[in-house]
Amino acid sequence: MNSRIMSGVLVMLAFPFTISASLGGDVTSVQADRAKMQGSLRTTSADSYNLHEIQASTGVTVREYVSTAGKVFAVTWKGPFHPDLRQVLGAYFDQYEQAAQAQIATRRGRGPLLIQQPGLVVQISGHMKAFVGKAYVPGMMPAGVHVEDIQ
Amino acid sequence: MTRARWQEGLLCLSLAGALAAAAGCGGGSSPSSSTSGGTGSGGGTTGSVSNVQAISVNTGPTAAPPLNSPYIDGAFTSVTLCAPGSTTSCQTISGILVDTGSSGLRVLSSALTISLPQQTGANSAPIVECLPFVDGITWGPVQTADMTIAGEEAKSLPIQVIGSASFSTIPSGCTSMGAPEDDLSTLGANGILGVGPAAQDCGEACTVTGASNPGLYYACPNSGCEVTTESLADQVVNPIVLFATDNNGVIIELPSVTGAEASVSGSMIFGIGTQTNNALGSATVYTIDPSTGNFTTVFDNVSYQDAGFLDTGSNAIYFLDANTTGLPICTDATFWYCPTTTQSFSAVNQGANGASGTVNFSVGNADALTNLETTGAANGLAGPNPGTFDWGLPFFFGRNVYTAIEGKSTPGGTGPYWAY
Repeated sequence: MNSRIMSGVLVMLAFPFTISASLGGDVTSVQADRAKMQGSLRTTSADSYNLHEIQASTGVTVREYVSTAGKVFAVTWKGPFHPDLRQVLGAYFDQYEQAAQAQIATRRGRGPLLIQQPGLVVQISGHMKAFVGKAYVPGMMPAGVHVEDIQ
Repeated sequence: MTRARWQEGLLCLSLAGALAAAAGCGGGSSPSSSTSGGTGSGGGTTGSVSNVQAISVNTGPTAAPPLNSPYIDGAFTSVTLCAPGSTTSCQTISGILVDTGSSGLRVLSSALTISLPQQTGANSAPIVECLPFVDGITWGPVQTADMTIAGEEAKSLPIQVIGSASFSTIPSGCTSMGAPEDDLSTLGANGILGVGPAAQDCGEACTVTGASNPGLYYACPNSGCEVTTESLADQVVNPIVLFATDNNGVIIELPSVTGAEASVSGSMIFGIGTQTNNALGSATVYTIDPSTGNFTTVFDNVSYQDAGFLDTGSNAIYFLDANTTGLPICTDATFWYCPTTTQSFSAVNQGANGASGTVNFSVGNADALTNLETTGAANGLAGPNPGTFDWGLPFFFGRNVYTAIEGKSTPGGTGPYWAY
């Protein structure tokens, strides 16, 4: 966490129930992620976004970055398994899946996924029992938020 | 051993017709490679089990028609499977990718010609697995086989059979973890031999009920598939742990590679410090986080904590990003680096035990390295992987790399660890 975020932290609370969303979705439109993962959630506020961190009981941590306009512009995850990617990528799941299949077809071998499209970036890395992932929509990134801020 | 080898030769011959996609009975498509069990260099101690399996880095089984899609930087070998207890219902399958990044044997249903018993759970329901890899999932029934590789045997080994027509409907909970890799084209091999530091492919998480079960094992009665619990013993396990001897780890030995070559041959030696040919010697032990299987890699004075790993199943050194490395991404392949000239780098790997060592490596122009479809081995193939150091197969060129399995005792300490 860099200093800019640190200075912007306003609140860090544990919510038994709160709202969350899929990539590209509206924070007020979905409250399925936490419930589906049956995990705990905490929210951190920075200058230009709120960070919702869901700790699923499978040991997977999902972070959702929500703009002040209420839109989820980035999600990250880390843990021994993948999260439900349909859930966390939402409307972008099909685009991710097609790009993943295209990459597998052209890479001449196996390895991590790095999908870099104008409207969608998805990075999935790691290996069996230890995965990390990051997905964001470049056009939805709030002004002043950098890719490196999304951890 | 003589008889076993003779038997395997016969099986190879009979298999050649059945498996047109896998030319020869070796590690892949290269006609010059020979990877039948137990024929590698080195050999075991006289009187001991032969623990040396030949491996070959070549264009693999996807290179042949109709796919004509050569693999690059994959280490292939063959395994012999028999129905449990049988000496006649057996088959040697070539074009099996050696993967230190996963654990367990998985073979394509399309490559399997013998019938193996299905593992069943409660109410005799078939057990079917969804195994998440980084770029997709494999789905298919858990079946049991006696596996022979070199002179080693894993009896009653649970394996995953991928792409079985009997279980063609993949639950949405499984496809939500990635796209299916259920045929030769998408898997890139006839099978994957996971010989990583983990003993099982899931572990304790899959033995419990409720929300903390990650949903890798399903019970699939006729009424449909539901997530189920799976004991450690029933899970798809690293075959090495079932060997009678030499069961604490494996060494991958590959020669140095200069630029692009058609193929190179090496060895997979089972056991660490169990025979005269698998001593640790001067290798440095780097212990790894038992929960993640990672260690730490330092690059340009930045420490990437718990974000480095050695993985023969990755076909390049996938590390960091263009901004951090100064390496341009290939214009036609966002997953590889394309510097105009070969660049030299160094990084420091750090074990949890405090061991530390510098790795010098080079990054070449991926477009040039992969230009020829006959190239099966390329040093310098690398690509981006933000925040992570995935030391793929090129790391293994010119090294003997030891993988010690979790919980197993070795002369270098208890696994998991890597040593090189």
